[in-house]
Amino acid sequence: MDYLKETPSQTAGPYVHIGLAPAAAGFDAYDRELGFDPVPGDVPGDRIRITGRVIDGMGAPVKDVLIETWQADAAGLYPGQPGAAAGFRGWSRVVPDFETGDFVIDTIRPGAHGRHAPHIALWLVARGINVGLQTRVYLPDADNDADPVLNLIEQPHRRRSLIATGEGGAYHFDIHLQGDQETVFLDV
Amino acid sequence: MTLVQRDRTWHPPALAPDYKTSVARSPRQAMLSLEATPSELTGPRFGHDDIAPGDNDLITNYARTGDPVGERIIVHGRVLDENRRPVPHTLVEIWQANAGGRYRHKKDAYLAPVDPNFGGCGRTLTDADGRYAFRTIKPGAYPWRNWVNNWRPAHIHVSVFGTSFAQRLITQMYFEGDPLIAHCPIVKSIPDPRAIAALIAPLDLNEARPLDCLAYRFDIVLRGRRSTFFENRPEGN
Repeated sequence: MDYLKETPSQTAGPYVHIGLAPAAAGFDAYDRELGFDPVPGDVPGDRIRITGRVIDGMGAPVKDVLIETWQADAAGLYPGQPGAAAGFRGWSRVVPDFETGDFVIDTIRPGAHGRHAPHIALWLVARGINVGLQTRVYLPDADNDADPVLNLIEQPHRRRSLIATGEGGAYHFDIHLQGDQETVFLDV
Repeated sequence: MTLVQRDRTWHPPALAPDYKTSVARSPRQAMLSLEATPSELTGPRFGHDDIAPGDNDLITNYARTGDPVGERIIVHGRVLDENRRPVPHTLVEIWQANAGGRYRHKKDAYLAPVDPNFGGCGRTLTDADGRYAFRTIKPGAYPWRNWVNNWRPAHIHVSVFGTSFAQRLITQMYFEGDPLIAHCPIVKSIPDPRAIAALIAPLDLNEARPLDCLAYRFDIVLRGRRSTFFENRPEGN
């Protein structure tokens, strides 16, 4: 059959923020940055904050990472689906502190979507990452027991790598690229 | 609707030791194979409210005192999926070094000068046929600290969304005829020479503007989306 092949990925390199978040990179190229207003003020839902770091195989924070997030609204509907919250984009760009590697995700608590427990899909790129990595963050105070993706992870202790810690809307979530705590990444 | 399986043997592996930074940043456990769920099948949409008409002209979008220095070029092409269907109205973003090989980034300490009239980033939406175009300056090659004497071939970074979050792709476009391509550990992290060839944009003299700029064509293929048979969707497949 005459199908095309997907364009092969290449690393985003150390200067990805020039292209995707120029204001964060220190210059004003556009009137508007994309992905920095994921939740306009009138979007319904509980505000949550997730802090964390991406940590490499040497235990050092990855300071040049760029993370994109994608999630359902408070009712579990994705933007574009009928009935989804007006004004909610569902997508954001997260740039860490270039000195510490600390990142902050400010958003609303996603709703469950069908059998899927509330979660935020993450996609991360950085120098040295040849194909963008897909993973998820689940919330520790939600009912995650029946989630079909968590349950697909063969080793129960690795499921914890996708569940944030904390409570009351203030969560922490580190992403480990390697090592004993390596995050489960998804080949979707 | 579902997605065509991503061919991981066509992409570079996470661990490519000759590209040294990948050594500590490559996951070592097998990824979890997951049939796409609504999180991956849906994705963000962008519209003309998000960008300005001049955002795809890197010759003017950061100009302060005049035109940037260097070879003026047009980079254009189509965004298609693996089924040859155009991907319309999707966001394409690019970033690059200037003609001297220097990025506008405080961490870039290469001795080539920053061009006061060149920012090095652009963005646009594909049209209804999946077409996009940028006007820019051909980036220069530059040295980097991988091996002692490593040089990146001239390249433009390209970021594309598609319509599903799992179609998200970042790659790099190279230029036909560049002798540095064959020596680059990042390029050579891709195992199949046919895949590397897909990243090398040919010169396109048909689109070159007389007495103004050369043109290169770079078509981008995103993962295929396919309908599920027997879904009985009223809108058809």
